[in-house]
Amino acid sequence: MSGTFLGMPAFPEAARKAVADETLRGNLRHATHTIRAKRARAVSELSDWAALREAGKRIKDHTLRHLDRYLIQLEEAVTAAGGTVHWAADAHEANRIVAELVKATGESEVVKVKSMATQEIGLNEALEAEGIRAYETDLAELIVQLGGDRPSHILVPAIHRNRGEIRDIFRSRMGAWGRPAPEDLTDSPAELAEAARRHLREKFLRAKVAVSGANFMVAETGTLVVVESEGNGRMCLTLPETLISVVGIEKIVPTWRDLEVFLQTLPRSSTAERMNPYTSMWTGTTGSGTADVPRAFHLVLLDNGRTDTLADQVGRQALRCIRCSACLNVCPVYERAGGHAYGSVYPGPIGAILSPQLRGTGSEIDASLPYASSLCGACYDVCPVAIDIPEVLVHLRERVVEGGPVTRAGNKVVLKPAKGHAAERAVMRAARWAFSHPGALRAGQRLASRSRRFHPRTLPGPGRAWSASRDLPALPAEPFRDWWQRTHGGKEAR
Amino acid sequence: MSGSRELILGRVRRALADVPEDETPYEQAVPRDYGERHGERTPAETVDLLAENLADYRAIVHRTNAPGLPSVLAGLLAARGARTVLVPAGLPSHWLTGVEQVADRAESTPYELDRVDSVVTGCAVAIAETGTLVLDGSPDQGRPRITLVPDHHICVVRVPDQVVSSVPQALRRLTPTRPMTWISGPSATSDIELERVEGVHGPRTLEVVLMSEA
Ligand code: SF4
Repeated sequence: MSGTFLGMPAFPEAARKAVADETLRGNLRHATHTIRAKRARAVSELSDWAALREAGKRIKDHTLRHLDRYLIQLEEAVTAAGGTVHWAADAHEANRIVAELVKATGESEVVKVKSMATQEIGLNEALEAEGIRAYETDLAELIVQLGGDRPSHILVPAIHRNRGEIRDIFRSRMGAWGRPAPEDLTDSPAELAEAARRHLREKFLRAKVAVSGANFMVAETGTLVVVESEGNGRMCLTLPETLISVVGIEKIVPTWRDLEVFLQTLPRSSTAERMNPYTSMWTGTTGSGTADVPRAFHLVLLDNGRTDTLADQVGRQALRCIRCSACLNVCPVYERAGGHAYGSVYPGPIGAILSPQLRGTGSEIDASLPYASSLCGACYDVCPVAIDIPEVLVHLRERVVEGGPVTRAGNKVVLKPAKGHAAERAVMRAARWAFSHPGALRAGQRLASRSRRFHPRTLPGPGRAWSASRDLPALPAEPFRDWWQRTHGGKEAR
Repeated sequence: MSGSRELILGRVRRALADVPEDETPYEQAVPRDYGERHGERTPAETVDLLAENLADYRAIVHRTNAPGLPSVLAGLLAARGARTVLVPAGLPSHWLTGVEQVADRAESTPYELDRVDSVVTGCAVAIAETGTLVLDGSPDQGRPRITLVPDHHICVVRVPDQVVSSVPQALRRLTPTRPMTWISGPSATSDIELERVEGVHGPRTLEVVLMSEA
């Protein structure tokens, strides 16, 4: 299926490799800890954070529960404003629609603003196969694209690269993609950013077609919102003549007013800023001619597993996600395993519940993802839309292990229990990995005793058998860390 | 195309079979007990907070009154060494003196904009709590691209009239369907080892002039 990282090993193997990678671990620890501390400050400035979080959760829940109605309302509003709406049931269809739209303009290259949805469907590769080159314009995405590799964090996708590596990538690869990096490029971030600015400006100025995602779509007005920092989003959204936005169907909010909640919670939760540097809003092609909105606007509404996720009454809350990445930065497992171990464009806690739902648990990696967690609950505490990630994880573990009814591509099917097939082994290894890395558990454990109402005594499924024989402690009584200290003499497997 | 429309809507409806017909309507489903703004301030204090938050995100803030504006702008442009200035059609003509003005024309290409040194605009509203300037393409602000391509942007805010405290208050003043740009400090990235670098694609220097009437 598209969107999977082909040949990706199951979570425990990938995580083991990542833990051995010193650069990655050092960068990740630095990144997650820095952002985490800044975020806490930005959030504490708002005395009504809890009320904003509750409102955000309710807005999203309400929208999801009436999604058919809001999709139709959005379609009407976008169409009335001069845009064209397309519907894509899966990645393949979305890619085909975009490729055809690009070809119809006669162009063979597009500029892209970072979008998780287009990464999920593998749009760049699909366009390449059609002879269309897609240029990523977000600095981190540029680093990832030039380096021929995969993003590892939602917010700072190139966090696995340090400045020396980035300089080397720019020096050796920029020339093949356009304006080369200067000969004497050093590894100072300011110089590297300047090299990227020059390299990309040439592309922005000549681009005729842009592809974007969106953070929000307002059903009542047909307005799309893109939140960003660098200005590459603004470049893509205003300079080209044709704009194609590929957006998951769950990105709708009912009213203009609803933005007052998310424009407060998203920047603070994500980059820990009061407000991100640039936010662009546009409504179809309203204003083109006088203002410079692209002359043609196409909205591709993407399903690709979202309706299957919606059908699961416990799992559907994952669709509330506004991709702020706060849950990654507090996750002790993510901090050690790194983004790549999750084998999907959605890493960290949200990836562990979203990918297996969007893609099904047919592959080893997807079956093992619900185990890539210590259930410490830190992700739930920081989530600005209050997704109970541990609850969904446990639900998905049961599903993997015991089987049961699920919806796949719109059809109800009954999943076989994992027992006896390859998934079970992957699952067992994942559970063992998490519990043999107390370092990965320690950070979150004390939080758990304070804040979680959800404290499993045993792991469900194969974990249950495993934890029964290993005497998994009740969390509130004795944090895992203390238990480990007592039983392993404080020696950490790092 | 339309085949998938019905397919997706059908999937959505089947997925939501558990949702009762008479579910709480939108108006009651969302509690709005968050604040309208954060803290009590006089209009002057709100302007001060705006100035503080703008500066915190590394915009350069200046204050003047209406009669003093032309000389402040002339000084800023001279200090920058700007030879050409992009001017939206509705910018009051007496604001700028003694510098070559380039009109914002619909047909000017991105390449032409790239050759201009500075741009001067007004704004639609400014948000004190977040240090945000909102531009909505009105005649004194011009097309979104003119504040994007040049490397130096000077934005004039009429205080206290154009200043609100909070995001909710700002949204209420704005017309959703106008193409909008919200700007909070100069373009920035932290993509390389989380070290903040200003000015990746937008203007690297953002100056804000807070202008009172008298
Ligand atoms: S699950 Fe919550 S915390 Fe994690 S990225 Fe989504 S919105 Fe943010």
